[in-house]
Amino acid sequence: MNLLAEVKEGLSISWEAIRANKMRSALTTLGIVIGVVTVTLMGTAIQGLDRAFLDNISAIGADILYVERFEWFTGSREDWLRMQKRPRITLEQAEQLEGQLTMSRAVAPVASRDRPVRYGRAESASVRIIGSTEQYQYTGGISIAKGRFFSEQEARGGRPVCVIGSEVAENLFRDEPPVGRRIRIDQQSFEIIGVLEKQGSLLGLISLDNQIIVPLPQFTAYFRNNPDVTIQVKVIAVDQIEEAKEELRAVMRRIRGLAPAEPDDFGINQQDQFVQIFHRLGGTIAAIGLFITALSLFVGGIGIMNIMFVSVAERTREIGIRKAVGAKRRTILLQFLIEAACICLLGGCLALAIAWPLTLVMQRFMPAALSPPIVLIALMVSLITGVISGFLPAWRAARMNPVDALRNE
Amino acid sequence: MSLIRLKRISRRYQMGAETIHALREVSLEIERGEYVAIMGPSGSGKSTLMNVIGCLDTPTSGEYELNNTLVSEMDDNELAEIRNKEIGFIFQTFNLLPRSDALRNVELPLIYAGVPAEERRRIALDALASVGLADRIHHKPNEMSGGQRQRVAVARALVNKPSILLADEPTGNLDSKTGAEIMALFSQLSNQGHTIIVVTHEEDIAKHARRILRIRDGLIASDERHEGARPATVPPASVP
Repeated sequence: MNLLAEVKEGLSISWEAIRANKMRSALTTLGIVIGVVTVTLMGTAIQGLDRAFLDNISAIGADILYVERFEWFTGSREDWLRMQKRPRITLEQAEQLEGQLTMSRAVAPVASRDRPVRYGRAESASVRIIGSTEQYQYTGGISIAKGRFFSEQEARGGRPVCVIGSEVAENLFRDEPPVGRRIRIDQQSFEIIGVLEKQGSLLGLISLDNQIIVPLPQFTAYFRNNPDVTIQVKVIAVDQIEEAKEELRAVMRRIRGLAPAEPDDFGINQQDQFVQIFHRLGGTIAAIGLFITALSLFVGGIGIMNIMFVSVAERTREIGIRKAVGAKRRTILLQFLIEAACICLLGGCLALAIAWPLTLVMQRFMPAALSPPIVLIALMVSLITGVISGFLPAWRAARMNPVDALRNE
Repeated sequence: MSLIRLKRISRRYQMGAETIHALREVSLEIERGEYVAIMGPSGSGKSTLMNVIGCLDTPTSGEYELNNTLVSEMDDNELAEIRNKEIGFIFQTFNLLPRSDALRNVELPLIYAGVPAEERRRIALDALASVGLADRIHHKPNEMSGGQRQRVAVARALVNKPSILLADEPTGNLDSKTGAEIMALFSQLSNQGHTIIVVTHEEDIAKHARRILRIRDGLIASDERHEGARPATVPPASVP
């Protein structure tokens, strides 16, 4: 008897057995249902969290290096205090840097300060004013919705022009088109030459739309004359970001006049740091989730094993009959394994039917969706649970002595 | 050469500290086409003998050759195959699968023999028709009378064209009239050339056989051949 025929026979026998014990099968599979619902929801949540996070940090380009006085993530309070003593990064240093880098496409010094902004009678009490050069349009992760960004000439000084974020535009100009109007930033008058596309926020904390970009000379003249600068560097190729970073570090050390033994007195930050931190966090969440899931599946599996033992004991005589007319050990083993697997697979399908609407609810909080790989994983997990927990009872059935089995009442 | 050759077969069981000698060096030959009754009181070892002959049980010592194959040394799976091909069982309690209809019960040995579905169905229908149950194929065991159930069991036993029909108290759960019908069916099968071994403790049933083996305390006490014994009815072609 070939394997295919045995599987087919096993399937029809298990279907009969499950149908004959509907209530019992349903109760048994409940454990698996709960386990697989957990698997599915956990997987969906982790995927959703991942996607939400990546959406949230998309403003920090993957190909941008941020040279700053501080590192984004510090190990300890001591590190933090030491960093406080670091000298500022100046505009001159930024200019020198720009001339010496070979692996970068754009270099933009960025300084910022929160200032009140007025247009006629409308006022925003606190808007992030960013001073930078025309290079900022390549490094800042922004795109222009209306108008244009300022040119190199404008960036060097001269006319007071600005580009405003979408939130600023909404707050100050209800229906009017902002381009060409003049607003007052902290008493100074600026002409709006462009409006940015809506960007959202960084990690849901900092609005990226409540900002105004002005040329650096204007920024230093009116808002802060000796600012601590962040230098945004866009690398030519994202797969060479590590090399670009090394070059950047070497040049920066030279500019800052550091002796070879001295540690860096500046930080080079990048999106990757966020991603790493997140993955560490995500790994923990996944590990806890996996543990809970494994636990509930384990409990479910024990339920299956238990009921399969009962099923084998009940059908001892049937096993005897089958063996008497020629069923081999493998055939009997397969029959009960298939039965356990079928119960679990039914549980898995049921679990997916329950989990699906729940993921729709989850969608309100995160970009989660029941993806085909998760469905596949859920079904595989239920199948494997069935096979593992069904094995011992099936093995007992397969090894039964036909004489004893037939004598069983 | 004999169909069944037992050479000094012993079977011992361990029951706690006690060893039970169910069979003590039994030697026996049964030819193809014979109709044999094995008799004996309970505990005599007749069931053990039947289990050994039926390849359900393996002897502790001794040699058993069935159809020129040494089966006493075989493992579980090989024995399953021998049972499937060579032996048709008929039990006192019928031993049909309760959830399956007559047709499926009769098909069972064919399923394990790997016979394709259509052919299986055809052979099983033939077998059911030959025991007079062509109109009951979709009845489940609990929808049939005892006699009908035992006929289904006979059909199942015959369906793989086995060398031996092995019946263990086949009338034990039937009223005398139905029992007589089953025994008539056995006589008919014997006349067709089937080798039949019936285990029983009823003289009336044993009378139908042409050879009676009496077992006592794990030994063959007597081996008598009836005057009706007709070795000539054995089809010469089937004698190896």
